[in-house]
Amino acid sequence: MVQIRRILIANRGEIAVRIIRTCRELGIEAVLAASDADRDSLPARLADRTVCIGPARASESYLKADTVVQAALGVQADAIHPGYGFLSERAVLAQLCEERGLIFIGPTAAQIEAVGDKLRARSVAETAGVPVVPGGPVESSAQAKSLALRIGTPLLVKAVGGGGGRGMKRVDAIEDLQGAMALAAAEAGAAFGDARVYLERFVTHGRHVEVQVLGDGAGGVIHLGERDCSVQRRYQKVVEEAPAPGLADGLRRELHEAAVRFARHLAYRGAGTVEFLVDADAGCFYFLEMNARIQVEHPVTEAVTGIDLVAEQIAIASGAGLRRSQAGVEWRGCAIECRVNAEDPANDFQPSPGTVVAVRWPTGEGIRVDTHIASGARVPPYYDSLLAKVIAHGPSRAQALQRLRRAIADSRVDGVRTNLELHTRVLADPEFQRGGVDTGFLARIVDRAPAAGAAAHG
Amino acid sequence: MSLTAKDVEEITRLLEDSAFDELHLEINGVKLSVRRGAAAGEPAAALRSAGATQLKAPAATVASAAVAPAPASPDPDAVDISAPLLGTFYRAPKPGAAPFVDIGARVEADTIIGIIEVMKLMNTVRAGVRGTVVQILGRDGVLVEYGETLMRVRPAE
Repeated sequence: MVQIRRILIANRGEIAVRIIRTCRELGIEAVLAASDADRDSLPARLADRTVCIGPARASESYLKADTVVQAALGVQADAIHPGYGFLSERAVLAQLCEERGLIFIGPTAAQIEAVGDKLRARSVAETAGVPVVPGGPVESSAQAKSLALRIGTPLLVKAVGGGGGRGMKRVDAIEDLQGAMALAAAEAGAAFGDARVYLERFVTHGRHVEVQVLGDGAGGVIHLGERDCSVQRRYQKVVEEAPAPGLADGLRRELHEAAVRFARHLAYRGAGTVEFLVDADAGCFYFLEMNARIQVEHPVTEAVTGIDLVAEQIAIASGAGLRRSQAGVEWRGCAIECRVNAEDPANDFQPSPGTVVAVRWPTGEGIRVDTHIASGARVPPYYDSLLAKVIAHGPSRAQALQRLRRAIADSRVDGVRTNLELHTRVLADPEFQRGGVDTGFLARIVDRAPAAGAAAHG
Repeated sequence: MSLTAKDVEEITRLLEDSAFDELHLEINGVKLSVRRGAAAGEPAAALRSAGATQLKAPAATVASAAVAPAPASPDPDAVDISAPLLGTFYRAPKPGAAPFVDIGARVEADTIIGIIEVMKLMNTVRAGVRGTVVQILGRDGVLVEYGETLMRVRPAE
């Protein structure tokens, strides 16, 4: 076991604040690697030290693995925490850490590569006995067509190196296949430097359910239950909750076991999430992908299990292994999270950067807010638009929901446009209140009241 | 036990090599405060008998100097040469060699004034201005941040 005394945080925003909080609790020094645009950010003020690693553009700062490693060496950090996004799932950072004797708080470079390549991840799932969506790789247009005919429409063209919906196209008629493949390949090539695509059946009424796992890197794996992230817009999660409402106990258990089998097959190290598409009516599910990092929506799992996931990541990285057996994990109540984004509802939810003149975040029983936004904070145009995560925990889903509705009503952000009003509508929706909505739910809500945002802002 | 000059020297060196900018030590009523300059200069050691000096929390201490601006230059007309990237700053082409420039050196815009190393990749830093070096802030072999002032130059007429 190694004593980690100083961690370099190679990230920004709310997740940097979140990691600093756990460092404080563990008596670990937190050094923030920040871009020029984030020198005065809340995490920069909270960190024990901040080093500026480059200009505002992420490609010249947060995405430069060699600079991040040099910064860690320069401040004599023992470990690097990559957060989510940016370098968190680039094998190169984990690789450089391994070479330079730094601890990477995350999986091995080989594991990142194995799950980052969606086709390889699919084959790992198949080997581990985890069901995958019917589909497969395509190398020629003739092969694509015959596979597409076998899968049937609607289907999805997906990027092998992809994620977050980029390089993903839906095909409803076989004659549209070639065009969609060309478009997806071009998008994937630009976004991930890898133009390979594959086909998968599009499951129309699916729910997005993911399982949080922790692995010790030696084959020991436990799960911390599931999260339902079906409230999505263009593949971006907006509302998440734990546990997934209305799942049959058998199906829930099968999901947990499948996730553990997948992670165990990789001898996975650290915190990770195995994502599934669930057809609740048919009682079946398919493996989607594994995220080899801390997730944005991890707080709902923390709320129901009482486990600090960042602390567990650090413990595993230091060689302490899993500090709990599966039987030692207990779940209490329900938790729901709203992602508050700087987005303009009147302008198709485009990012709305600017300066937050005044802000009020909710407080109260069962309420947690993870944010880097205080009054006067700048929301730079270079990064994602997440302002805060408002999480409510309660003994029952109804109580968690009630607390969250009150908390969202009490939230106020002046200076930039936000999606707070959308959250109000989601939480008041009878279908959401019943629980178990599918991934098409949010689009239906937005379409139902397309002018609501526009009217409010004139 | 008491502090000898050698001890102070040793402690100063420890601070130099650490990521901290300030150190306070109290032994048998003798207080030692060692502090780096805001972003430059040699660490200044102050040894005195127990006074009312308050110990700062290490957290606050480390935070303060991170992006501190360069101290006011004696020359108000001088312009900054800033680090174009984060890395280890070297004033000389190799260990033991004479520095690229010293105070008083005349530089052209393309004069190399130092090297910044990022993962064994050596990046030359040029003056970017014609004039005379009046102040050197970047310390040899030490991490400099993006945008940190390395030197100040009085531009030529």
